Amino acid sequence: MREGEVIRIAGTLVVGTGIPDITIGEVVEVGSEGLIGEVIRIIEDTFAVQVYEPTSGLKPGDPIKGTGKRLVAELGPGLLENIFDGVGRPLEDLIKASGPFIKRGIKAYTLPRDKKWEFKPTVKEGEYVSGGDIIGEVQETVNTVHKIMVPPDVSGKLLEIAEGEYTVTDVIAKIETEEGIIKELTMMQEWPVRVARPIAPDGRLSLDTPLITGQRVIDVFFPVAKGGAAAIPGGFGTGKTITLHQLAKWSDADIVVYIGCGERGNEMAEVLTDFPELKDPRTGRPLMERTVLIANTSNMPVSAREASVYIGITIAEYYRDMGYDVSLMADSTSRWAEAIREISGRLGEMPVERGFPAYLPDKIAEFYERAGRVKALGKPERVGSVTIVGAVSPPGGDFNEPVTIHTLRFTGVFWALDPDLAYSRHFPAINWLKSYSLYANQILGGFVGSFSMYRQELFNWWKSVQSDFNVYRDKAMEILTTAAEVESIARIIGEKSLPDDQRLLLLTSELLKEGFLRQNAFDEVDTFSEPEKSALLLKLIIDFHHMVEKVIKKRIPIDRVIDLPVVAKIKRVKFDPRRVEAILEVAQEAREELLKLAEEYRVEVEI
Amino acid sequence: MGVDVRDISGLIYRGIREVKGSILVLDPIPNVLYDEVVRVRAPDGIDRLGRVLEVSKDYIIVQVFGEESGLQTDTVIKFTGSTFEIPVSDDVLGRMFNGRFEPIDGMGPIASRDKRDINGEPINPKARIHPNNFIQTGISAIDGMLSLVRGQKLPIFSESGLPHNRVAAQIARQATVLGEEEEFALVFAAMGLKNDEARFFIDSFKLSGAIERSVVILNLADDPAIERLVTPRIALTIAEYLAFELGYHVLAILTDMTNYCEALREVSAAREEIPGRGGYPGYMYSDLATIYERAGIVRGKPGSLTQMPILTMPAGDKRHPIPDLTGYITEGQIILSRDLDSRGIYPPINVLPSLSRLMRSGIGPDKTRDDHKDVADQLYDAYSRGLKARDLARIVGEMGLSDRERLFLKFADVFERKFVNQGEYENRSIDETLDLAWEVLSILPPEELVRVKEETLEKYYYKAKHPEA
Ligand SMILES: Nc1ncnc2c1ncn2[C@@H]1O[C@H](COP(=O)(O)OP(=O)(O)O)[C@@H](O)[C@H]1O
Ligand SMILES: [Mg+2]
Repeated sequence: MREGEVIRIAGTLVVGTGIPDITIGEVVEVGSEGLIGEVIRIIEDTFAVQVYEPTSGLKPGDPIKGTGKRLVAELGPGLLENIFDGVGRPLEDLIKASGPFIKRGIKAYTLPRDKKWEFKPTVKEGEYVSGGDIIGEVQETVNTVHKIMVPPDVSGKLLEIAEGEYTVTDVIAKIETEEGIIKELTMMQEWPVRVARPIAPDGRLSLDTPLITGQRVIDVFFPVAKGGAAAIPGGFGTGKTITLHQLAKWSDADIVVYIGCGERGNEMAEVLTDFPELKDPRTGRPLMERTVLIANTSNMPVSAREASVYIGITIAEYYRDMGYDVSLMADSTSRWAEAIREISGRLGEMPVERGFPAYLPDKIAEFYERAGRVKALGKPERVGSVTIVGAVSPPGGDFNEPVTIHTLRFTGVFWALDPDLAYSRHFPAINWLKSYSLYANQILGGFVGSFSMYRQELFNWWKSVQSDFNVYRDKAMEILTTAAEVESIARIIGEKSLPDDQRLLLLTSELLKEGFLRQNAFDEVDTFSEPEKSALLLKLIIDFHHMVEKVIKKRIPIDRVIDLPVVAKIKRVKFDPRRVEAILEVAQEAREELLKLAEEYRVEVEI
Repeated sequence: MGVDVRDISGLIYRGIREVKGSILVLDPIPNVLYDEVVRVRAPDGIDRLGRVLEVSKDYIIVQVFGEESGLQTDTVIKFTGSTFEIPVSDDVLGRMFNGRFEPIDGMGPIASRDKRDINGEPINPKARIHPNNFIQTGISAIDGMLSLVRGQKLPIFSESGLPHNRVAAQIARQATVLGEEEEFALVFAAMGLKNDEARFFIDSFKLSGAIERSVVILNLADDPAIERLVTPRIALTIAEYLAFELGYHVLAILTDMTNYCEALREVSAAREEIPGRGGYPGYMYSDLATIYERAGIVRGKPGSLTQMPILTMPAGDKRHPIPDLTGYITEGQIILSRDLDSRGIYPPINVLPSLSRLMRSGIGPDKTRDDHKDVADQLYDAYSRGLKARDLARIVGEMGLSDRERLFLKFADVFERKFVNQGEYENRSIDETLDLAWEVLSILPPEELVRVKEETLEKYYYKAKHPEA
């Protein structure tokens, strides 16, 4: 064991000396309690350590031990349904060790050591295996088969392979490498969290499938691709966390990794209360079964906040490598960036913007680069993806600040949260004029393609309307954009003085906002909007718009249309538990009411 | 010559290299612990508390919490070998202390072997129970639209001159959990409060009889500013003890957090740290989190800790770093408005930018009433439309409004006067609050109330519209 000593303590930053061969990224144990830290700088014969636990009571002269290891994630069965802190310790183990309040110096493994898993080999002795190859399977949860893979840097002839019940540290296979060395494999592997896991050569694939989130404004207007990256910046209370929760609940990913980075403890408690109760709409199984949670709340050590993001993305990549679509939510990446800033400040580094070090953009880029849709390393061939959704918490809600600006450079989707929408309780408060998705054109076909996914019986009918979907979407966006201009005029002269065709724009935009864009996360029915419901709602409103257009051309006053009972129904139908059937019914009523109105005025309209 | 230290036992040090405001830089001394508490005696003979901020083989940095004028290089320091701890016991109830936890009520200090570090320890997120017990404050704007639950941290964002103290005192006086007899224990921490403000709270606690189950910790405007860094931590250490050891439901009022943050900025400046926005240190978010996150309900422990911090927004700006960082940590915010106040509305709560993040888990059919969620949603919607109409009316005149806009304008006026506005001693039950909400909503035709489910409308709207029927 290489041992040195502490020479300086300033908060979570500890400086040590006396280990000449120490390396950057090496994990060290500090003080008599062996507090875990990571070497982040080497300056001549001293080295700076960020310690992942409170450092009170340390003093110069205390021992520092080098472990020779980098900060790694333990990867293997047992990650799902679990909640870990920023350095990968199961929170339940911390409770067992120190009760409900976290004491320091507790050691705990990420993966349970005593639990036995039923291992089924998928390869035979004598075969040649190399990095990334799947050699066996474990049923991790009811719906998730955990593929046991050869670690990326190992290859050789399979000498032995086991079958049956084993723990993650039992040897389940032996491999003879080309150099004739025997390597023992377990179901668990370790991977340094700051390094992206390798993929097949030329394995980066184009993004062509949408992540279906069940949130209308996202799925229809600003979709994110599987393997893409999205940023959701907004001041406090504008809906970052709830949106991320909604995505973690309803998106059609196989695996969800949710990182609570420097945010509220009660929000993690809420996830822990809700997720086991909620059912995945596709599998009917509790959502928790496909979820991994990482919690490093705002009152937990800042340095572990920095690490939590890397642990999370490494776990996400690992499931991607099995061939799964993984989505990762990080709430909030700003707290991670601030942790970087705080550590940099303690190191006395030169800040460039708002106290952030010059390498902030690189760190942000590296993180979002780990998203992607890829061909995994090894046999059999498989495709997996990691989608990253990062919340950004700009100071004062002002997007003109380094973390927001740099995040937008490296992400393809921008969901701009708007405080005015939030104040009037229009949620999700995603501003439809400011947001964008660079993936929209290449993936919207996939959205339409997924219609049948949830309701087989509607499939044929859908095929007939599919081609119109983009037309509807574009029309809706056009109406919303023009209506915003009309609104600003109305704000000066009053709505009453506008011509009827402009008032129709206001009416339709109101219907779109109220009946379509607004989606209450806490409404039992509307919390999840399946693709066909979203598309049909859009169709209902746009069709109505076109019909009314014809009606008012015949000089029927728009006020009469506004007073039609169906107008309130269009706004409310999203809450109807009969879902698409109810929408089809309202569409019918809309047509009938307009025809009746025309009749009353003795005019003929073709609608 | 120098400082008289004959009454101090143990090792003392005189090796101060430099005094920078409340920061002392010392020559290196063996065995000094990071975060250790020190006693500091300056030539003026006054003892102050301090804490080791940084320790290395070349120097030691000490933060002094007491009066900084009078600190000189011939100040002497005694290292205590432990972090900042206070004794805890149920004797604290009914007592009054200064910001350093020294009694100011003429009674002796708290004697207990049970000592707690004032920094506390983070609650394990997995050990938290998600709060869901509705607290009735008797204030309609809060109960109806910003419901508080037990274990929540819900601050009041105010401005100087607004009645935040009266609102906080009213909440402290009236807060009850429906169906439970037990009253809240109060922990009141003042940071830089004016004497008469502190008096106001104490009198109010006395008047309502709450003083018996209160702990009052006062750092007043003329007390040392730096002491404010420890005052809220002392208060929360006591609050946690009362809640999680003794099983009390505790309401902790911390006021004024703006003064706390200013003390933090002062220290940061003295240390010549890179200033963040507004000169506040970059770590203010994390620092405030170690205060605000000390609220909640904990698995396997009785009691609960609810926090109501109060802060005054400099220049009334919600985006100022102090309210901004607070809002990013707390579970919502109650924002008071000068405009409402000047129009005589009490409590002058501007509900639109206000928020209670835990409201939804505390309300509903078996908790408050089945219509509560819909009603709150609808009030927000209608009021925001009403305010838009009011803005428009300022430009085009009321006559220029459409009938619909005029209706919303009327709604906004009545909502403010009837629903938000109430007496300082008026304690409305949640039923009264929701009935009142319907009365106000019945100004609008049913087709405008699209945020309310049809069944709910059937059940409450028509009754409110035609009360005699
Ligand atoms: N989709 C939604 N449906 C209903 N309410 C929402 C939704 N999104 C946000 N809210 C409301 O807004 C509040 C703040 O949202 P949150 O996501 O916590 O904001 P942030 O993380 O940006 O601070 C929530 O407590 C909730 O009341
Ligand atoms: Mg949030």
